[in-house]
Amino acid sequence: MIRRLLPHPYLTLLLVIVWQMLVNDVSPGSLTLGLILGLIIPIITAPYWPNRPALRNLPMLASYCLIVLWDIVVANVTVARIILFKRNEDMHPNWVAIPLDLRTPEAITMLAGTITMTPGTVSADLSADGRSLLVHCLDAPDPDAVRAEIKHRYERRLKEIFE
Amino acid sequence: MDLIADLLISFSLIVAGVFGLVGSFGLIKLRDPMSRLHGPTKATTLGVGGALVASVLYFLLVMKDFSFHELLITLFLFMTAPITAHFIAKMHIHRNERRDTLPATGTDRPWATFESDTERARAEARRQG
Repeated sequence: MIRRLLPHPYLTLLLVIVWQMLVNDVSPGSLTLGLILGLIIPIITAPYWPNRPALRNLPMLASYCLIVLWDIVVANVTVARIILFKRNEDMHPNWVAIPLDLRTPEAITMLAGTITMTPGTVSADLSADGRSLLVHCLDAPDPDAVRAEIKHRYERRLKEIFE
Repeated sequence: MDLIADLLISFSLIVAGVFGLVGSFGLIKLRDPMSRLHGPTKATTLGVGGALVASVLYFLLVMKDFSFHELLITLFLFMTAPITAHFIAKMHIHRNERRDTLPATGTDRPWATFESDTERARAEARRQG
């Protein structure tokens, strides 16, 4: 009964919170409307995520977000320095193929999004069987180092969160 | 107190402006399309991020009011920006790259952009045995 009414409890919670943020106020009225949306939307969209993974490790997810935010700031400065001070001739733009240990589509999406949001790397394509990710680096004289860093810093954590 | 608030807000605005500018400058300076794609990812992260922090600080310190909208903008931006970047990259691969100009996938199937329908059907059939 509960499972049918709340197929996706975290999504319900998220929708209620986001609705309060959109209204920018917590009142009984907006809570009610948020709760209605939070109940209806997961039920309607249930067919879209048939085999969704359970979030195993919520504190890990929070620390992952903080790490990514910090990396974005650091990488921004690095890339700004590359753009401003490095001559085009000295730059080594490079494609890097990253073999994936992650299997769940949600986790791979999150990894690809993280790679794109941290400046200096953009994820461009996935191999047809979903086991390898193609990443473009703005300046990577050593592709192996980039691969090792992404695998160690992001993929290892995502694996703990999702799988 | 007001002075500190002003300084903090100005600082975030300047950070936002500088990174937005450097990101746009990168569009001119860098040569190939894929490298140019790296410029806007900076503008959407620290560029917009700085402006949003400035807005939060302004409402918090000057108007004595907390606004959640900036957090939502960050959330939505972080969900949508990678998708646009991914589409541009995908289009670049379609138009300017061939199988042999990209690194090998390391698996027995090619990058998804290059796999033809017949190849896909064959691979799926092989997987099901």
